[in-house]
Amino acid sequence: MTPRRQRMLAVGLAASGIIIATALTLEALKDNMMFFISVTDVVAGEYPADRNFRIGGLVVDGSMQRETGSMDILFRVTDLRCEMSVTYSGVLPDLFREGQGVVAHGRMDRSGMFIADRIMAKHDENYMAPEVAASLAENVNEQTADLVQGGPECDS
Amino acid sequence: MWNLLHRLASPPHFYRLAAGMIPWFAVSGLLAVAYGAYAGLFIAPPDYQQGDAFRIIYVHVPSAYLSMMAYVIMATGAGIGLIWRMKLAHAVAAAAAPLGAWFTFLALVTGSIWGRPMWGTWWEWGDPRLTSELVMLFLYFGYIALRGAIDDTAKADRASAVLALVGAVNVPIIHFSVEWWSSLHQGPTLIRKGGPAIDSAMLYPLLAMILGFTLLFGALLLRRVRTEVLYRERRTKWVREMILSTPGNNL
Repeated sequence: MTPRRQRMLAVGLAASGIIIATALTLEALKDNMMFFISVTDVVAGEYPADRNFRIGGLVVDGSMQRETGSMDILFRVTDLRCEMSVTYSGVLPDLFREGQGVVAHGRMDRSGMFIADRIMAKHDENYMAPEVAASLAENVNEQTADLVQGGPECDS
Repeated sequence: MWNLLHRLASPPHFYRLAAGMIPWFAVSGLLAVAYGAYAGLFIAPPDYQQGDAFRIIYVHVPSAYLSMMAYVIMATGAGIGLIWRMKLAHAVAAAAAPLGAWFTFLALVTGSIWGRPMWGTWWEWGDPRLTSELVMLFLYFGYIALRGAIDDTAKADRASAVLALVGAVNVPIIHFSVEWWSSLHQGPTLIRKGGPAIDSAMLYPLLAMILGFTLLFGALLLRRVRTEVLYRERRTKWVREMILSTPGNNL
C-alpha cells in the first residue's frame, strides 16, 4: 500500500466514523432537535408538563377572538389532524394571521388550554406577487378552507 | 491529464493564471450583481404577504449559499491537501475560510433583520437551521484560530485540515435541517420538488444575485490564494526572480 493510499484510507475511515457518530447522536437527540411539538402530539398528551415548550401549526380560519380594549387574544391551532386552543396577550408579529403557520411558546394549563408567552409567525416557502396571490386565492379558497378547519382523524 | 493537473497546481503557474482570471470574474460578477440588485429592488413585485421586506432575500440567500459553498471548497482543499500533499490545495482552504466566515455572518445578520418583523424574533435558540448556521460560523473561527496558533505552515495545514473535514458534516445538516426537524425557518424555496416556489419576476434577479455573488467570491478567493501562494513560496527562486524582474522595485 502506497503512503498516499494509506492516507486516503485514513481520511475515508475517519470521515465515515464522524458521519456515523453524528447520525447516531442526531437520531438519539431527535426529540430535542424539534423546534416545536405538533398539535397531534400535544393533544395525545406527549408534552413536557413541568416546563415551557413550543407548539406549531396553522391558525384555524375564523377562530381568532380578540377582546376589545385589551391585548388578549384567543385562537385555535391545527396541524390538519388535531386542534387546540391558545391564549396570548401581547404584540403579534406582522405575518400572524388566520390560515398561516404559527409557533407559540408557553405551557399547558390544567384545562388543556395553551398559555402562550411568545408568538412567532412561521413563513412558508412561497413568494408571490399580490395579484397572483389574489387570483390563486379565488381558485383554491374552498379547498384550503376545508383543510384549515382541521381534519376528522384526530384520535383524542 | 495528470500532467495538466500538476502543471496547474504548480504555484508559479497558478499565480500567473489566477492573475489573468481575476478581472473576468470581478467584472462579470459586478455586472450580475448590478442587474440583480436593480431588478430585485425596482422591478420585482412586492411579496403578497411580506411586502417590500422580502427583498432582503437578494442578499440573504446568496450569502447563505456561499457560506456553505465556501465551506465545501475549504473542506475539499483540506482533504486534497491531506491525501495528495498538494500545497496549493492547502492554500485554497486557508484562503477560503475568512470569506466563508464573512458570508456566514452576512447570512445570519440579514436573516435576523428579516426575522424580527416577520417571525417576531431576532433569534431563536433551538431552531435547527439558525443554530447549525451559527455552529458553522464558529467552525470557521476555530479553523482560522487554529491556523493562526501554529507557526509552522505545514503543521498548521495538517491540523486545520482535520478540523475542516470534521466540520464538513455540518454542511448537509444545515441544508436538510428544515426537512429533518420542525423549525421556524421555512423550507427551501428554490431547490424543492415541483420547482421553485417563487414568482419568476422575483426569481430571475435572485438567480442573478446568486451568480454575481459566486463570481465575486471567485475573484476574491483567487486573489486571496495568490497572496497565500506568494507568502508560502517567499523563499523560492521563482518569487525572487519575479520580484527582481518587476520594474521599479527597490531591491
